[in-house]
Order: sequence, then C-alpha cells, then structure tokens
Amino acid sequence: MLEKALSGSKSYWSWVFFLLAVVGVGFVCYLIQYREGLRLTGLSRDVSWGLYIAQLTFLVGVAASAVMLVLPYYLHDTKEFGRITILGEFLAVPAMIMCGLFVVVDLGKPMRMLNIALYPTPNAILFWDFVVLQCYMGLNILIGFTVLSAERKWIKPPAWIMPFIYISIPFAVSIHTVTAFLYAGMPGRHLWLTAIMAARFLSSAFAAGPALLIILALIIRKATRFDPGREAIQKLSLIVTYALIINMFFLSLEFYTAYYSGIPGHQHSLGYLFFGQHGYNALVPWMWASVIMAIGSILVMLFPRNRKNESVLAVTCAVIFIALWIDKGLGLIVGGFIPNPLEQYREYSPTGLEIMITLAIWAVGALILTVLYKIAVGVKEETGGELAPH
Amino acid sequence: MGADRRKFLKLAGLGVLGLGAARPAQAGIFPYPNFPKFPWERERAKTNDSALTAKRWAMVVDTTKRPGRDAWAEAIAACNKIHNVPQVGNVKEEVKWIWTEPFANALPDHEQAYLPEGVESREFPVLCNHCDNPPCVRVCPTKATFKRASDGIVLMDFHRCIGCRFCMAACPYGSRSFNWGDPRRYLDMDHINREYPTRAKGVVEKCNFCAERLARGQLPACVEACQDGALIFGDLEDPSSEVRKILKTRYTIRRKPSLGTGPGVYYII
Amino acid sequence: MLYDGGKIITGVVIFLILITFPFWANLGKAAYKYPELEKAAQAKECVEATEWMRGNHMQLLDQWRDNVVRGATRVYVSQSGRQFDMSLSNTCLDCHASKANFCDRCHNSAAVAPYCWDCHITEPKGKS
Repeated sequence: MLEKALSGSKSYWSWVFFLLAVVGVGFVCYLIQYREGLRLTGLSRDVSWGLYIAQLTFLVGVAASAVMLVLPYYLHDTKEFGRITILGEFLAVPAMIMCGLFVVVDLGKPMRMLNIALYPTPNAILFWDFVVLQCYMGLNILIGFTVLSAERKWIKPPAWIMPFIYISIPFAVSIHTVTAFLYAGMPGRHLWLTAIMAARFLSSAFAAGPALLIILALIIRKATRFDPGREAIQKLSLIVTYALIINMFFLSLEFYTAYYSGIPGHQHSLGYLFFGQHGYNALVPWMWASVIMAIGSILVMLFPRNRKNESVLAVTCAVIFIALWIDKGLGLIVGGFIPNPLEQYREYSPTGLEIMITLAIWAVGALILTVLYKIAVGVKEETGGELAPH
Repeated sequence: MGADRRKFLKLAGLGVLGLGAARPAQAGIFPYPNFPKFPWERERAKTNDSALTAKRWAMVVDTTKRPGRDAWAEAIAACNKIHNVPQVGNVKEEVKWIWTEPFANALPDHEQAYLPEGVESREFPVLCNHCDNPPCVRVCPTKATFKRASDGIVLMDFHRCIGCRFCMAACPYGSRSFNWGDPRRYLDMDHINREYPTRAKGVVEKCNFCAERLARGQLPACVEACQDGALIFGDLEDPSSEVRKILKTRYTIRRKPSLGTGPGVYYII
Repeated sequence: MLYDGGKIITGVVIFLILITFPFWANLGKAAYKYPELEKAAQAKECVEATEWMRGNHMQLLDQWRDNVVRGATRVYVSQSGRQFDMSLSNTCLDCHASKANFCDRCHNSAAVAPYCWDCHITEPKGKS
C-alpha cells in the first residue's frame, strides 16, 4: 500500500516538496541549536518550558481525538464513521511523531534520551508519558494499516485486531490524562495545580482534533475521489460544538475558583495571562483573542443551519483549532511559569530559530499525514469507499 | 508471491528485534541498580575515614547575624568558586546555586505589610532546600536527581541527566538552573577549582550541600565562609547536633511549608 | 526465476564490495600497532594491573562514577589492597599528567571520543 504515496498529481508533489523544504531549513536550524545549546531559544531559567513543550501538549490532544471516531463506531455502531475511522487513526500517528520530535528538540542532552528506558522510574509521570505515548502510536499504526489492508481486500478486519481497537479507546483518554498529570502534580505551579487539568485537556482535545478532522475531510472530498460523507462530517461538528462548550465552561470554572476564593497565589498566573500584572502583559491580547474566537465559534456552531453550510463550518473549525492552539499551545504552558516560584515576573517570547524548528516539525507531521492519507484515500478510491459488510 | 514476501519481511523484522534484544541482555546493559553489581565488589568501595555523616543534613540560616547589604557575598562567592559555577551575567540564562532575595520573594507565604524595618531591608540567602519529600526527585524520569538514602541530600547525577527540565518545573522554590549553553564560556578556565569538574551544556544543576566536601570531613563552603556562624549545618535527626540545638531555642520558618515538601533549610528571622 | 535478477545481483555485488572495503583496501598494509604511551612519572603501578586496566578502565571508571556520584563512597580499594580516591582528574591524571600523550593516543587510534572531558578537568595541576 505504501506505493500509493509515490504517485500523485502535480499539486500533491508541489505540496510534498514544499513541506520537505520547510523541514530542510528547520533541520539546519536544529543543527545550529544542537551545537550552541538551547540558549538560542527564548527559554530562560524562569520559563524553562515554552513553545516546544507547548506543541507537545497540544498535539497529544489532537492525537487523542482519534477516539472520537473509534468509540462511536466500534462501541455504538455509528455507521457514518465507518468510512473515516482510518482518518482519525492516521491523524494520531503523525501527531504522536510530532510529539516525540518536540521532546527531542527540547532536551538538553538528546543523545541520552534512551535513559528514560534504561532507568525506568515508575514514580516519574514523564516515564509513564513516554510509555503510553509509544504504545498509543504503535496501536494506531497497527490498527490503521491492518484495517486499511483488510478494506483493500474487501474482507472484514481480522478478529485479532478487535482487542487492540477496543484498548485504543482507554489509551486515547490515558495519553492525554497522563500528559495533563505532568502539569497537575507540580506543587509550585498554581495555574496547573487544579484537579480539572485533565478534564480541560480532554475537552479541548476533543474540540480541536475533530475540528481538524473536519477540515481534512472537506479537503479530501475536494481534492480526491473519496467522499468521507456528509453525515460523518455533521456528526463530528456536533462533537466539536459540545466539546468546545464544555471546554469554555471549564475555563470559566478556573476563573471562579481563582477570583472568588480571593487567594492571590491562585490568581497570579491567570491574572498575568488575561489582565497583565505589574505591567507585564505580553500574552493578554493572545488569550483574549483565543476566548473571543472560541465563544464566537460556539455561537456559530450552535445553529444547525451554520453547521450544515460546509464553507461556514470549515472556517469556524479553523478558528476553533487556532483558538485552542493559543489556549493550550501557548498560554497554558508559558503562563504556568509566570510568575516564577519567587513571585517574580519574567516573560518569554520564542526566538526566530525556535519558531523555525517548530514549523519544521509541524511540516514533518503534515508530510507524514499527507503520505498516510494518500495511502488511505488511494485504497478507498480503489474500493469505491465501500466497506465489506460486517 | 506477495504473501511470501510479506512473511519474509515480518520474520526478518522480528529476527532483527530479537538479535537487538539479546545483546543488551547479554552485556548487562541495564545497569539498574547501578552499583556494586557483584557481592565481591562491595568491599572495593568505602567511605573516607574522615567523612562527615548524618541521617539527614539540614541547615539553619541566622539572618539576624547579617543585616547589611551584600551580607552573604562571601558565602555565595565561596560556593561559586569551589564548584566552578558559571557566571553567565544575564537573568535569562543565569546559573545560581545560592543567592539572595528580598523577604517578599524568598518567603512569600509570610509576606505582610507591617514587617520590622530590619526584616524589610534584609537579604535572604536562598538555595536548594534538600527537601525530605522533594518533588524534583519525584518527577525525574531517569533518577538523575535523587535523594541519597544515606544522608538525605538531594543530588544531581550529571552523567544521567537528559536535560528535560521537568525538575525545574517541579521545584516550588526555583532552586535549579539549566546550562543553556556551554558553561565553560562563562568560566575563566585558568582560575577554576581544578579539584571539581565543571558541568556541560544541557544539564540541570543546583546546590549539592557540598557532598564532596562532607565526604572529606569538611563543612559546606558557604557554612565555612561565614565565620560568625550565620549558617549552621548539622544532622537534623541527631538531637545533640548544632542544628537541633538551635532549632530548640530559636523560632524558625521555612519556605512554603504547606506544600509538604519538608524543606531542610530553616530561617531565623 | 528472479524478477529483475540482473539488477538485484548487480546491487548485491556492489553491496558486498562496499561492505568488505576495510578488508581489501588495507591488504598489504602493516598490522595495527599499539600507540606509544607516555608512562606515568611517579608511580610504578597503576590502580590495577596494566593489562587489566587496558581492558577494563572504562568499567572501572563507570563504577567509580556511580559510587562517587550516587553513593557516599569515594575510596577505592584495589585488588592489591591499596586505597585510592575515586577521581578521574585527581587520581588518574595525577600520574598520567598529560592527557594528550596518554589517554588521547589510544583513543584517537581507536577512533573513540569519550566526552568525559566536557566536564572533567584535563589539567588538574594547572597549565604547565
């Protein structure tokens, strides 16, 4: 099936080569960072995690969102999703690979990264993050290719794949819960020290991931002969709407606890992000943009007439994706470090090199996604998009 | 033909995996636990006869003895010198093992509007608290930072650290620094302490309670530099130690005690 | 019947030629000679016997590292009962004063680049 990625139209190849060019430039930037050290980034003694780890956090959520197709289809027989579970699984794979790459470029000594496997530390949540992310990536590769090749041969997927599919459902929840636990267990970081962290992570994941899936499905319908199905897209849009509402509700809960309790420690980071503190307010416009975009999108998505209009839907999903990226991929991580444990405000902004390396890793993800989708769509075009009866 | 090729590739892949796993198992590459591997090796390693030992090392900082500006400069300089701490010179990438902060930053939980004038203007030395329940140790994925069982000092294994900086996020006191670049560019290599290594780019470092000096029977450099006894160092679990004697007679506070970390640095205000 | 047999066999032959390069390219050259190492000035014997050290100094240093850094033990009792401070720069380089004329000679010829020296001091007695 891999040969399906080696033949394509001119636009396919232009896109692939554009991505390769971005990857190439970013790779050179990484070599420079590898030689000079992470001092070339905007990271500092006070804000020791920034753009790279924030991308990891956001992308784990995107990867987990494959479960939003798998769960309804395999557990509740939502037939519309049958044609496109592969799109969810093949989105999870590049998302996980990007997560791994973001960790590697963030490490001070990447040549020692296998120490996590050589010296397993069960009390360290990062160890479990490593384990669970590897397992979930393996699961999705296995499930994706097995189901796809069965589809190609017009037969049911083999019975042995079913336990893996069922287990991928709690695994999807677990990868994002474990990632949330990285933050929720830090005693000195009050923005993150909330029981609701994992719930917030999951709700924003289940809004951002399916929003991206909708956009990708619409692109596939336009660019190929495979139609993911109007009904599937509509059902996904409903999931996005509910998840986004829940996510904004959870955010408001944070504000309530912080401000009604009156405890300054709980307010400082949230205040820095949304209102600025002591003149430090670099992230304020970003956070408000995120909130306004999200609430605006909710208002649009509430009306079925808007969801049914696929142009409006596409634009709204893009806005939702960006809004949630700002919330998780920028605000949450950086905000946790400001103010620092000594109540000092030291801000962070990424350097050009850091941004270029980030873009390059996104390009790697986009490339792998393109290749995998090309294969999946190629198979579906061959079989006419019909699944064997099961 | 297609099915045979697939089978061959699957078998070949499994074979490579199997070979790959056999060698590490053979060579004993998984070195956990690290030392000593064989019973007869245990006699090979011993402590110095002059080593200072304790069940749990702790420190008391008598800030009343140092009311002035730059009051702790010699203690800080002593630490920086003997540990080859790089002087980076900017807030973004600085590396500091012990430094001073005003009261509101060092002890924010005790901050209030009406402090005695002396306390308001005093400088408070802050360093790693060598907690009893250290969150940094809890989160380290490789046990590169660990609490030594013999004496409770929280140490760094610079050989194992992967530079993930999770410990820096976990520390509620901001005690840890990262080497964002090669620290040797910020050291005068002709005038370093040659008996102690430097660190390399990409690892986290912090105060180590001068474990290497304790092993040779010397007190920590900062404690020794304060000739008036402003820093008191001793075994928290030995009722007759200096530290316990002082804790019995003077009231002390610790940084952020409600977090349950059990810090081992006590401040007399 | 091997489809594209001509191309496959050509490829395999080229691969075999490339992979055996070190063997046929060095035919007729002299055997490997151990580099000449500058002997330590003060001591007659090393921490352990020379042949043992040649083969095991890496593992010994790893053990020293783990004992010093992770344990509280810094004194090594050698197989002959002598005691040494477990320190690369302060014990080993105390006698083998010139890293360039000792450590580097074998390491360079064996194409090994241990990065101990990123941190550990190479001239513990100061610049000569």
